[in-house]
Amino acid sequence: MFKLEKRPQPSKMWTLLTPPLAVLATMIFGGLLFGLLGNPPVEAIRTIFWDPLFGEFAFYYRPQLLVKGGPLILIAIGLSLGFRAGIWNIGAEGQYIMGAIFGAGAGLAFYPMEAFYIFPIMVIAGAIGGMLWAGIPAFLKVKFGTNEILVSLMLVYVAEQLLASMSLGLLKNPDGFGFPGSRNLQQYASAHNAELITGTGMHWGVVAAFIAVIFSYILLNRHMLGFSIRLTGEAPRAAKFSGVSPARLILFCLGTSGALAGLAGMFEVAGPAGQISIDFNTGYGFTAIIVAFLGRLHPVGILLAGLLMALTYIGGEIAQSNLGLPAAAIQLFQGMLLFFLLAVDLLTNFRIRLASSRRKGVA
Amino acid sequence: MDLSSINPILLLASLMVAATPILLAAIGELVVERAGVLNLGVEGMMITGAICGFAIAVETGSPVLGFIAAAVGGAVLSLLFALLTQFALANQVASGLALTLFGLGLSALLGQGYVGVKPPSTPQLDIPLLSDIPVLGPILFNHDPMVYVALGILAATWAVLKYSRMGLVLRAVGENHEAAHALGYKVVRIRVLAIMFGGACAGLGGAYVSLIRVPQWTEGMTAGAGWIALALVVFASWKPWRVLMGAYLFGGVTVLQLNLQAAGIAIPVEYLSMSPYIITIVVLVIMSTHRSGAPASLGKNFHASG
Amino acid sequence: MSDLLLSLKGLTKAYPGVVANDNVSFDIAKGEVHALLGENGAGKSTLVKMIYGLVKPDSGEMRLNGEVFTPAEPRAARASGVAMVFQHFSLFNALNVAENIALGMENPPKQNALAARISEVSEAYGLPLDPFRTVGDLSAGERQRVEIIRCLLQDPKLLIMDEPTSVLTPQEVEILFETLRKLKAEGTSILYISHKLEEIKALCDHATILRLGKNVGTCTPAESTAAEMAEMMVGSSLQTPERSGREFGNVVLELTDLSVSAPGEFGTTLQDITMSVQAGQVLGIGGVAGNGQDELLGALSGELPSSPGTIKLDGRPIGDFGPNERRALGLLTAPEERLGHAAAPDMSLTENAMLTGAIREGLANKGFLNWGKAADFARKIIEEFDVRTPGPENAARSLSGGNLQKFVIGREVLQRPEVLVVNQPTWGVDASAAASIRQALLDLAAGGAAVIVISQDLDELMEISDHFAALNEGHLSEALPAADLTVEQIGLMMGGAHGMEVSHVG
Repeated sequence: MFKLEKRPQPSKMWTLLTPPLAVLATMIFGGLLFGLLGNPPVEAIRTIFWDPLFGEFAFYYRPQLLVKGGPLILIAIGLSLGFRAGIWNIGAEGQYIMGAIFGAGAGLAFYPMEAFYIFPIMVIAGAIGGMLWAGIPAFLKVKFGTNEILVSLMLVYVAEQLLASMSLGLLKNPDGFGFPGSRNLQQYASAHNAELITGTGMHWGVVAAFIAVIFSYILLNRHMLGFSIRLTGEAPRAAKFSGVSPARLILFCLGTSGALAGLAGMFEVAGPAGQISIDFNTGYGFTAIIVAFLGRLHPVGILLAGLLMALTYIGGEIAQSNLGLPAAAIQLFQGMLLFFLLAVDLLTNFRIRLASSRRKGVA
Repeated sequence: MDLSSINPILLLASLMVAATPILLAAIGELVVERAGVLNLGVEGMMITGAICGFAIAVETGSPVLGFIAAAVGGAVLSLLFALLTQFALANQVASGLALTLFGLGLSALLGQGYVGVKPPSTPQLDIPLLSDIPVLGPILFNHDPMVYVALGILAATWAVLKYSRMGLVLRAVGENHEAAHALGYKVVRIRVLAIMFGGACAGLGGAYVSLIRVPQWTEGMTAGAGWIALALVVFASWKPWRVLMGAYLFGGVTVLQLNLQAAGIAIPVEYLSMSPYIITIVVLVIMSTHRSGAPASLGKNFHASG
Repeated sequence: MSDLLLSLKGLTKAYPGVVANDNVSFDIAKGEVHALLGENGAGKSTLVKMIYGLVKPDSGEMRLNGEVFTPAEPRAARASGVAMVFQHFSLFNALNVAENIALGMENPPKQNALAARISEVSEAYGLPLDPFRTVGDLSAGERQRVEIIRCLLQDPKLLIMDEPTSVLTPQEVEILFETLRKLKAEGTSILYISHKLEEIKALCDHATILRLGKNVGTCTPAESTAAEMAEMMVGSSLQTPERSGREFGNVVLELTDLSVSAPGEFGTTLQDITMSVQAGQVLGIGGVAGNGQDELLGALSGELPSSPGTIKLDGRPIGDFGPNERRALGLLTAPEERLGHAAAPDMSLTENAMLTGAIREGLANKGFLNWGKAADFARKIIEEFDVRTPGPENAARSLSGGNLQKFVIGREVLQRPEVLVVNQPTWGVDASAAASIRQALLDLAAGGAAVIVISQDLDELMEISDHFAALNEGHLSEALPAADLTVEQIGLMMGGAHGMEVSHVG
């Protein structure tokens, strides 16, 4: 039998090693899974992880890395702040939708006017939309002690219904021949979140994601607020003793993560997606949870994890079209990754020993 | 709009049906939480149970085997959670989320070949004599057997928690795992068993959705029922009979809004559809002002030192 | 020997980095009260855990009634007639007394029958107890009774008691001793763990003394002096802290009718607390655990806010100030719980220095943190308070209890407080660390600061306090000069026997 022994302090080495280890384990077990589904395992794994970057059509897929990674990183950075403090916003998907609705709504309100200030207004509106939506669980938690996990999650379903209502009603394209969905913002120059450098996939949302990474790094490592966040997560009573106001921290963490998720939604609707539609959201808000953990809640880690997860999205699509691998298999693959990560995390805080090996030399 | 098209007897009868999946999932989670474990993976276990039950029922033609498979499927999935939290000592919130994401993917994968398939129907259990009572008969005694199985599980859970030694030990472990360990109780073993019971119940609840309530298979068809079940446990202050009350309340809201949709009321469909979620939030807020009864060790991991 | 109950030979148990028990041997006779004496960390707890089946020895042998005794788990130990009353009670707050007792029995009778047995046994041993009360609502003394009754219902041959008097008032200790003497008269053996020498002299037949895991000697307490036993326990004679007679200055901290409602379900509500401390004064606040100590510290640290006028620092109302505002004004505190309250276990000592030092030590500038300066501050604490650690980058939880406590106290003392409030400053700390912490508190007072020491260790309070007051169910007694107090008076200030009258011991 194995025996666990708590380390006197968390191992620095394993903190860095566990994510790659989890990725490796997921590749192996994912490969086995794909094998069971009748796909050649090695080829499937290569299709997912290699082809998007270095395959024949890599010139097409590489920009997608930033397009898909941008929102994931942006949302995950926000979530990581709360997760570090033990504040669990798992409704980022809803805040993402609300950001898109607010952003698109603000833009469409000006239609068909063209002006330089329309896009900045949309950005602000998107952030406010997400922040307001995350503000609901924050306010309820501060005021009544209501569980933020359940409230933020419930609000995802509410947001999805609002999204349906918007694309069928208020924001529906009047010139859309009765089809659901808003006007396409890609065809509205002042509101379009266009690619900044052709062929890179870089748009304002990706820029925002990079800025968020840098800011979050400074916040967590150099600023009192970041220290308070970490302290609250490690030892809530010690944080209170040190003078942290739990209420303010909840409002800040949920508000910021909501705003960032809202921004991600706004940049998405104004750019790659183009319009508000019933199936606008594709689960970025949930996948970002995996990204946040995979990146060990560390800004740089999240940057890498977001790109990796984007890779599995793109690779999954290729595998879907080339190998007929079901879309759900990729979803499962991502879930598996989180599982393995949580499991190998054990090594960070514990040493595994063989219980039978008795220590000698004790008289 | 024609509100007279809503038949109150049918409404109440379908309320019992609508409440059953969340009742099953919530009673399972209640036991898990009373043992001191917070498993946020209910949604994932439900949806896995939904597809396991559906697939086996379709393949064998037997809804009974389907339900058994659903319970097994839910329990097996919950074992993953048990492994993570009880042996690898991973964070329970994160592990529960992982379970939900994993379960959603797994079920979608397993369910590929079953979209659009019709499951074998579960016979109604017309209890003789009782079901002929006017008004009460159709409301209470004219349902499929699972409605009564769910009530049976609830009653059994209540009795075991309140009167049996097993229940006492389970509550003790949830209250103070250090002390329970010091008295020689196997904290981890008890918790793993509780987690599996929770998984089996969630699986049954999921299969109820796919085999009876809807009945067909679509991806993500539990649509947050697992999360509502989690909210129910809080709503019920961790007391079994209050879970029943809560389940009927949510069942009632669901059924009512569906009826209102059918009656063509002037409120847009989307706003009616979001009402169960909003009600859940409202109830959570009301309950959180006087919270008590939460097991003291809830969500904390246990590692016996020495 | 037919009257030998338990015999331990060469018991050894090692943990990574520390040998908790090294070749320990001794015997307990039937009907004997045997003391196990040693300071914190001497290995007493590990030893009794082995007897109770919670820990397996690496080597050595135990015999119970001549038979080899290797309990695989507490259940087996209980079946063999070994019962244990834990120092940190193994009780379940949300359950009632009868349920708690049932959990400690192998085959408990039905609730009603059990309740009747509880009432019966508790009366017979002079420890009255209502079987249907929720344990979370009981006082510390009553909670201990639950544990004792739980043991007695199983007719134990050996009763292990781990530091039983640390939660009792002197009057309650007397009641407990009566019960134990009655048990002894009935032939039950008792293994009594303590570091309080006077108690051992009053109660025990023999004593085994542990130091650093080794059995360093046995004695007959009635024939030894406390000083002799203390020297065996500590290994050298300890110096008592030095204090010089001094004049007190102005009143610096003043509490007027301070009331704070209990923060948790089973917390204590502070009621109308009125007191004051002067510059240079050490005010000791005694009381049994759970009578409002944590709440009082929280009210003073700013974690539990109150109305402004109830707390005044230098005449300035600060009741509604948060912890940092109070720190800025010179009111510093050190809570009881080291890991998780006074310090964050997984964070480095540098980060823990930042935890309270940011303001007074200028470790932050406009919210931006100066980690270099924080590390310097941590290093200064480590040096001046002799904290044994490789360096400030180590996690707080890697330190031993005594070293971490020195760090926590040092962190506040070095910030030159005007008023310092500490709760249980030497709890679970080895004797030499405890002595240096007490000396540091006295030196601080000598330097003109006001010091409030909340503690459950009466000896400690008598040693260092100028004035003494006691907390009892959220009320604070009047503060009296410590030098003039008798044990009897102190006990009454702490609430006497807490209304738990001794029923007639038959």
